[in-house]
Amino acid sequence: MTILGLPEEEYIMSGNASCPGCGAALALRHVLKALGKRTVLVIPACCTSVIQGLYPRSGIGVPVLNMAFEATGAAASGVVAALKAKGKDDITVVGWAGDGGTADIGIQALSGAAERKTDFIYICYDNEAYMNTGIQRSGATPYGALTTTTPVLGKKEHKKDMPMIMAAHKIPYVATATSGYPKDLYEKVKRAKELKGEGTKYLHILSPCPPGWRYDSKLTVKISKLAVETGLWILYEIDRGKFKLSGPSKRLLDPSKRKPVEEYLKLQGRFRGLSDEDIREIQRWVDENWKNIEKMMETE
Amino acid sequence: MGKVIITTGNYSAAYAAKAAKVDVVAAYPITPQTSIIEKISEFIEKGEMKAEYIRVESEHSAMAACIGASVAGARTFTATSAHGLALMHEMLHWAAATRAPVVMAVVNRAMGPPWNIWSDHVDSLSQRDTGWMQFYVESNQEIFDTIIQAYRVAEDPEVKMPAMICSDAFILSHTSQPLEILSEEEVEDFLPPYEPPFDITDVDHPVTHGNIVWPEPRGDSPVGYMEFRYLMHQGQLNAKRKIKEIVKEFEKKFGRNHGDLIEKYKVDDADVAIVSMGALAAQAKYVVDLMREEGYRVGAIKLRVFRPFPDDEIREVTKGLKALVVADRNISYGYKGISATEIESALYSLEKRPLVLNFIMGIGGRDVKPEDQRKMIEAAFDIIETGELTKEAEWYGLLR
Repeated sequence: MTILGLPEEEYIMSGNASCPGCGAALALRHVLKALGKRTVLVIPACCTSVIQGLYPRSGIGVPVLNMAFEATGAAASGVVAALKAKGKDDITVVGWAGDGGTADIGIQALSGAAERKTDFIYICYDNEAYMNTGIQRSGATPYGALTTTTPVLGKKEHKKDMPMIMAAHKIPYVATATSGYPKDLYEKVKRAKELKGEGTKYLHILSPCPPGWRYDSKLTVKISKLAVETGLWILYEIDRGKFKLSGPSKRLLDPSKRKPVEEYLKLQGRFRGLSDEDIREIQRWVDENWKNIEKMMETE
Repeated sequence: MGKVIITTGNYSAAYAAKAAKVDVVAAYPITPQTSIIEKISEFIEKGEMKAEYIRVESEHSAMAACIGASVAGARTFTATSAHGLALMHEMLHWAAATRAPVVMAVVNRAMGPPWNIWSDHVDSLSQRDTGWMQFYVESNQEIFDTIIQAYRVAEDPEVKMPAMICSDAFILSHTSQPLEILSEEEVEDFLPPYEPPFDITDVDHPVTHGNIVWPEPRGDSPVGYMEFRYLMHQGQLNAKRKIKEIVKEFEKKFGRNHGDLIEKYKVDDADVAIVSMGALAAQAKYVVDLMREEGYRVGAIKLRVFRPFPDDEIREVTKGLKALVVADRNISYGYKGISATEIESALYSLEKRPLVLNFIMGIGGRDVKPEDQRKMIEAAFDIIETGELTKEAEWYGLLR
């Protein structure tokens, strides 16, 4: 019997090495359900380098090419080119990288691949810091979060807006998602797969991380949903240039429908150092993001 | 016999990539390599060459793309110089450890600052320990022929290691010489299509490439990380034998032999020989001929392959020599010329070995004329007379 109408096939095998409550592994499970068997993953240094398990076994049921940290977009370009040279057109090439490997060290190779209209799907699973190396600040770490490289004061800058950077590349598909809404994620990956032949498709998945965000591992789905319900993480897709809100975010344009950001922040130890002023700053940032969304929808 | 044209070293490399029927090219422009990839672009856009060309945004990405394409079963090619090669450094290790038989034309150029685009071998010699095979060539024909040979060696199941073919900036890259081009058909007979050991896009037989391996055997792995590194070393050592075989086969088929790991010239009865890499090896033979006419017992050795290092061959060829001049267009700061240290290391196990005079010369493209090589050789004859050898390498032609 299927749940949420998702395929029963599993490509994340038991015995994989993810932490309990890992939002990234949960997301990858649904991503691969949408992609199916005829998929090649290119994975740079990130948590999934470990999650996949030790040689000579693999906890992932599709081929994986492990790659250097900053090179996902480029290595995937090579795989895509070889497929083209060999006349194979029924394989989906997917880059699967963390936020550090995407927003920081890997942004050049990704931008280059997107600009060249490389026909692949790039997915950033965003746990908002260098989690595999032990919770260091990345460009995607949110304002105020304590990390091991912002251990006392917390991060002083807001998160880099990676999906909009990719949207500026005028690629056929950009979407945001989060681990707590698997059906929404599944549909978006399906859509990205459908757009084969049109260039680079980009998905950005907010993936809660119990050890890094410092919360009880049973709360992953709750926190993922709260990120959306507070408006901190906005679910949308830009499909061939057309912007639309998706999932629960559709009804959150009205600020009164959004839960206060505290509800999300207070569950996580990484935000324990926030002052009232910091919380106001985060709320201001959220409201401003929504104003920008509103403007974008008006100009549509 | 193929068609003979007059062309540059860079175009010779481009013609070789075309003749080798590479499937994927990923490259980024840098002086003095650029005209290689310009020519390849032209071949592809005119439909004369059937390959996918990825115009990447950096050399790091060029090598990453070549690796991705190689593990998906493609024959891959790229080209670079100096800073581009340095930027690739991480991916050079990755390519070799992937056992991806990428072939790359390196046009040797000095590293900045200060900016300098002329010949210097430090760029590629600094990549010594990445696992890449390194060939240093002396003519445009040798660029062409060695690229073809290198694919055979690199793709050999007993080798499976990438190779760089290094040629001197401008001295070869932008200088025209006669080049006999072998047709795709002639080459295919010698170099059949690439048969990859596995294909990452074979979704019916999924493999994971490069996941974690512990220092010791662990879990289901009968080996640890160290065993993987030993296999790379074995691949390099096997290449020594393969290069000799393949060079012989090439000569039989096409009538040309530029040497295998080394090339020796009039060394057998010599007292002194000069060791060179790259274009200066051609000039050294000319100098040897001139000096022979005057009665000097002198020969020349071209160090054609730097990795795998021809240690046995160096020991064999220097037997009977009284002194060896090692001319390095490079410097390992704080020590001496890079090829000199390697050659001395190879000679150490011999009870009777020649004196080694190391000259650092031609740095950043400084001209080295035949009379300069002659002076270095004369210095070796003087030392045989006096028996006095200063250990330090001499910076030849340095202005003080």
